[in-house]
Amino acid sequence: MMKFLLKGILRDRTRSLFPFLIVTVGVFLSVALYGYLRGAEIDVVRSNANLGFGHVRVLTAAYARDIEQLPNDLALTGVSALTVQLCSAFPGMIWTPRIEYGGLLDVPDEKGETRAQAPIAGLAVELRAPSGPERELLGLDRILVRGRLPEKPGDMLISEGLAEKLKVNPGDKATLIGTTMHGSMALENFVISGTIRFGIQAMDRMAAIADLADVQKALDMPDAAGEILGFFQDGFYNQEKAAGLAQVFQARFGEGMDEFRPVIQTLRDQPGMDYLFRQLAYVTFLIVGIFLLSMSLVLWNAGLLGTLRRYGEFGVRLAIGEDKSRVYRSMIVEALMIGVLGSIAGTVLGLGLSYYLQAKGIDLSGMLKNVSFLMPTVIRSKVTPFSYVIGFIPGLVATLVGSAIAGRAIYKRQTASLFKELES
Amino acid sequence: MKRLILALATAAALAVAQAPTPSADSILDRVDANAVPGNKILISEMTIHGRRDSRTLRSKSWIQGQEKAFSEYLDPPREQGTKMLKLGDQLWTYSPDTDRIISISGHMLRQSVMGSDLSYEDMMEDRRLRTAYEAKVAGQEAVGGRDCWIIEMTSRTGEAAYQSRKSWVDKERFLVLKEERYAKSGKLLKDVAVQSAIRVGERWVAERVIFRDALKQGGGTEFKVVSIEFDTAIPESLFSKASLRK
Repeated sequence: MMKFLLKGILRDRTRSLFPFLIVTVGVFLSVALYGYLRGAEIDVVRSNANLGFGHVRVLTAAYARDIEQLPNDLALTGVSALTVQLCSAFPGMIWTPRIEYGGLLDVPDEKGETRAQAPIAGLAVELRAPSGPERELLGLDRILVRGRLPEKPGDMLISEGLAEKLKVNPGDKATLIGTTMHGSMALENFVISGTIRFGIQAMDRMAAIADLADVQKALDMPDAAGEILGFFQDGFYNQEKAAGLAQVFQARFGEGMDEFRPVIQTLRDQPGMDYLFRQLAYVTFLIVGIFLLSMSLVLWNAGLLGTLRRYGEFGVRLAIGEDKSRVYRSMIVEALMIGVLGSIAGTVLGLGLSYYLQAKGIDLSGMLKNVSFLMPTVIRSKVTPFSYVIGFIPGLVATLVGSAIAGRAIYKRQTASLFKELES
Repeated sequence: MKRLILALATAAALAVAQAPTPSADSILDRVDANAVPGNKILISEMTIHGRRDSRTLRSKSWIQGQEKAFSEYLDPPREQGTKMLKLGDQLWTYSPDTDRIISISGHMLRQSVMGSDLSYEDMMEDRRLRTAYEAKVAGQEAVGGRDCWIIEMTSRTGEAAYQSRKSWVDKERFLVLKEERYAKSGKLLKDVAVQSAIRVGERWVAERVIFRDALKQGGGTEFKVVSIEFDTAIPESLFSKASLRK
């Protein structure tokens, strides 16, 4: 029967092409939308982890209390030893120290007088460490616009927007005016080695990235850092794993009441992140849910229509003695086949678009001009194992349910009145 | 006779006790006259008690009236050679490591000087109290065993670093022994307590002062005068940007 029905579907396009196309388009849109929303969710989380908080973050209890002020006077000390301890206690993690600091970048004229000055959001990371993870975490090779990445002591990268504001080019000198760990004014000369563009408005306005050792020297923070960030090796944040790690850390390192004891925070503990996580999950659920529901209704309706359109055909089949259950079963199998074929075609097309958008992304910078949190301006799709099956929910289930409900009419038809119906 | 002497003594004591309170402006005039010298060369130590540790900075300052000042940090090694120049309402700092002269202006003036409880704005204050503030005598109280007038001051123009101050002025020496400085909102920003005073010539100088920034959690900043000379000749060329690099 299967072979017979399949031949019927393929040869009689008047009865199968329209349902097939509807299922294909519906599944394609479902898969593509799911991939894009999942990608957006992952991009937002990854941006916040890589550029700001890590998957987990170790800092002093005092620093954690006043974290909005970036209080480097309360920073971690003995960072090298602590990093070694963390690597040994949690071997599955990547640990990297960072300093976040505020200050001014002052550009001199020929006489050494201030020509231009602008506030910066400074970030110090291990850039010159040969096997350090920071270049990859920050994607520096990808976001470099002009010049080169820091290679020598005193090199600094600044955002392209800041470079334009200060009218500086790679190779120009600038003086960092900041605050040392002791609260004194810090002055340190840097060379702008290159410019970068993160694609994140908040950072593209005033970011400055320099090597950790240079900033430690500038801010009088020997072997100190504001925080040590921890990342899972696979690059994906997992709240359960992070919370478990935090518990182990707290038991091993965080005992006592000293305000300078190290404490750990997960990505979700960071200001605004719990809300962001919940919102992302809620919005994705809502959009995908509404879309799947509406697609299901469309496909259900298509199933209903397709079956009703064949009211006459079923009548003839019943009139020539075919069993009602057999007619109903053949209709269901037919719907199943169209559903499977349409879902496969739609999933293939949807995955194709998702893979394309995973590589290229869509630039939303025009819509994100005033966004102040870490939101990437280029959102990429993400193909996950679920992307391969999500299209089958509307594609298969809805088509089947639609046909099954419409097919109930077969049982309501009276054989005695069939010829009368067919005559009319 | 004894009764007469007793009566006279009582009358004299009452007369002193009921002596009219001087006007706040006249008290501030005396405070300004004591505090604002012609020239002053000062070597001082500033011990900053942070949340983690304490550190001491030593500096030498050449001050001409209230308009001009030049300072050089002598210690610790990291700060050695850092210089500051104040000319009127302008302030520059020079760091030998960068060989840069940076103008300190705008919000930077509110920053702490070398991590202390003093801000650049505190250093820049050059107007006489009498000119900058409208004052009234709010009472009298002893501070460290010395009788003081309590003077409450409110900024005349709103341009002063602090909107209002409450000062305890030594009745005899006209030296401010204690002071509270407030923001426009009424929030306490800073308090100052003089621990000891010395007499140099005709003037009384606060020798050890504790500054405490109410918004900071450290243990305050102790300012100590190591040596001070008044009315010593200072070459005019010192008060120039060129001298910062020398």
